[in-house]
Amino acid sequence: MRNPSLRYCAGASLAGMICFLLVALIGGCAEQVAPPPQTASAPVESPPSPAPAEAEAQPSPAAGQTATETSTTSDTAAASETVTVGSCDGENTVTVPKELSGQPLADALMDQWKRDHPEANWVTEQKEKHALVPPADNSDLLKGGQGKDHTYGNYTELDILTWARETEKFAAEGSRIFHSADALGSTIAVSCDMCHPHAANTHPETYPKFQPQLGRVALLRDMIDWCIENPVRGEHLDPNGPTMRALEAYIMAQRKGVPMNYGKH
Amino acid sequence: MTIFKSIETKYMEERESFFRGLQNLDRRSFLKVSGAALAATAGLAAPHSFQPVTVAADAGAAESKPAFRFAYISDSHLYERDVNDRFVRGLLRAVDDVNNLDPQPDFVFYGGDLAQLGQVKELETGAQILKNLKAPLRIMVGEHDWYLDMGQKWQELYGEPTYSFDHKGVHFVVLNSVVEEDFWTARGMTPMERMMTVAGLDNGLQSPFTVGEAQRKWLQEDLAKLPDDARVIVFSHSPLYKLYKPWNFWTDDADEVQAILKRFKQVVVIHGHTHQLLTNRIDNIYFHGLLGTAWPWPYAPEGMPELTIEMSRPDPFNPNDGCGDGEVHVHPDGLVDKVYNLWNRNPVTVSRTYLASWGKQDVPPKPNRPSY
Repeated sequence: MRNPSLRYCAGASLAGMICFLLVALIGGCAEQVAPPPQTASAPVESPPSPAPAEAEAQPSPAAGQTATETSTTSDTAAASETVTVGSCDGENTVTVPKELSGQPLADALMDQWKRDHPEANWVTEQKEKHALVPPADNSDLLKGGQGKDHTYGNYTELDILTWARETEKFAAEGSRIFHSADALGSTIAVSCDMCHPHAANTHPETYPKFQPQLGRVALLRDMIDWCIENPVRGEHLDPNGPTMRALEAYIMAQRKGVPMNYGKH
Repeated sequence: MTIFKSIETKYMEERESFFRGLQNLDRRSFLKVSGAALAATAGLAAPHSFQPVTVAADAGAAESKPAFRFAYISDSHLYERDVNDRFVRGLLRAVDDVNNLDPQPDFVFYGGDLAQLGQVKELETGAQILKNLKAPLRIMVGEHDWYLDMGQKWQELYGEPTYSFDHKGVHFVVLNSVVEEDFWTARGMTPMERMMTVAGLDNGLQSPFTVGEAQRKWLQEDLAKLPDDARVIVFSHSPLYKLYKPWNFWTDDADEVQAILKRFKQVVVIHGHTHQLLTNRIDNIYFHGLLGTAWPWPYAPEGMPELTIEMSRPDPFNPNDGCGDGEVHVHPDGLVDKVYNLWNRNPVTVSRTYLASWGKQDVPPKPNRPSY
């Protein structure tokens, strides 16, 4: 997959940019195309290459005179000093002071978008809160190997970054569920991290093993399911469902580098 | 109405307390007891009741008899009963254990984290249950009690979190060692968000625990009038040393606190938060961790003190395994035997001779299922 897909516009800056393009079109204020602020969290989630390209394509506003030439709605609300703008998510609106323009205006619109979408930076938040172990470094694959004609000889840096980001996101989803009693379906407000901080003492490398208390050989997901049903007191998880897969991913991610040792008790 | 006990009842009570006493003997005393028992059965001494055997054990080991005992319960992490009844039943079990001790301990010490999310109903449920204790209660604050309302409800129930008291010649100091630097204001967190952050052991947004300058100053002044050979026991929720920062098994200003305690011949620190068998000694300071009644923590992947003999990995199929309560036997020299009354397991005693000999004598048994 070479081209960045718009699926990743959960990233703040890309979403913000599209937001402003739409605002410009819908609100009829073509001048309002200031590049949105590059927030610290953005580079992790959005594909790096398109962002600078699109920013360059946008004309930067001249200093401060665009606010007064806003949409016709402001004329009808001439009595107040504010203007109401539709947010790019198509649902919410943002009310800003009429004379605001440029970077402060962009910041105000971005802040409101963030308040309406508090979960937007969830991957970064998970990484910040719970010290996720990053996936393996694949940059060796860029060295060419057996030539560009081979199917697997043509990796680009974007591929490597995409795989890393997606894998990390999957593990982060597992971390989110692992640390949330509600997401686990617990009926007694117990989450996995109460006995397994940072997924400690889960030893996924020892599965499959004969679990004497169950009377049969268990895989990691069997043990996860048992824990969900008993200490956590939630409902049985579908072994192929997204919740179980994410939990497994997180538990295994945290155990990176430990040799496999199936059957160890 | 006077209660008359029959001979059978008295015999059974004597027998009960004898066997309970046997559990808590260190090795030397146990040999004395079994020696005396052998002598009695061989007809060399007159066997008429269980009394003489206990006396025989005490007579030879007079210097190692504890001056007094107190019990402990810690880390109950209560939710309201209709949200989670398991933790409530854990605390009830601990209270029953302590109430069944014979003789009763001098007081019961609660090691902190009575509530899970610091809510009014949680603290009130805990306070209500602890009122059932027969012995007097001495309580300490934990981070789970504090960070929802910054200790408002806890202080309403129990008063000042930092205080000291003397008991039978031993000076006890109780610290609030879970003071965290403000991490919530800059992030615009609500009180519940702040509490949830602190409640996550592995949540890296919170700050490390400290005792803080104000309390260190108070500690210095409180201990100032004591001689260097005074017997001092410090109660703290965080360990007062640096074990593992990612889980806040850590006190950031531990070095400064240890410096204040350095001049004493020995100091015992008893701490909560770690929910496991934990033993350490740094120079003159002997550290003992408390068990929790709610759940056990795994051992830290690094930074473990050498003197700790880990408890065997808790079995998730065995309810309440790895949890418990216990006692502390304070000896005339101020050192303590720490009894871990692990539920569903044999109790473990970490005796003062083990620490005093830097791990050479009276080594507790090693686990065959370490946590990993």
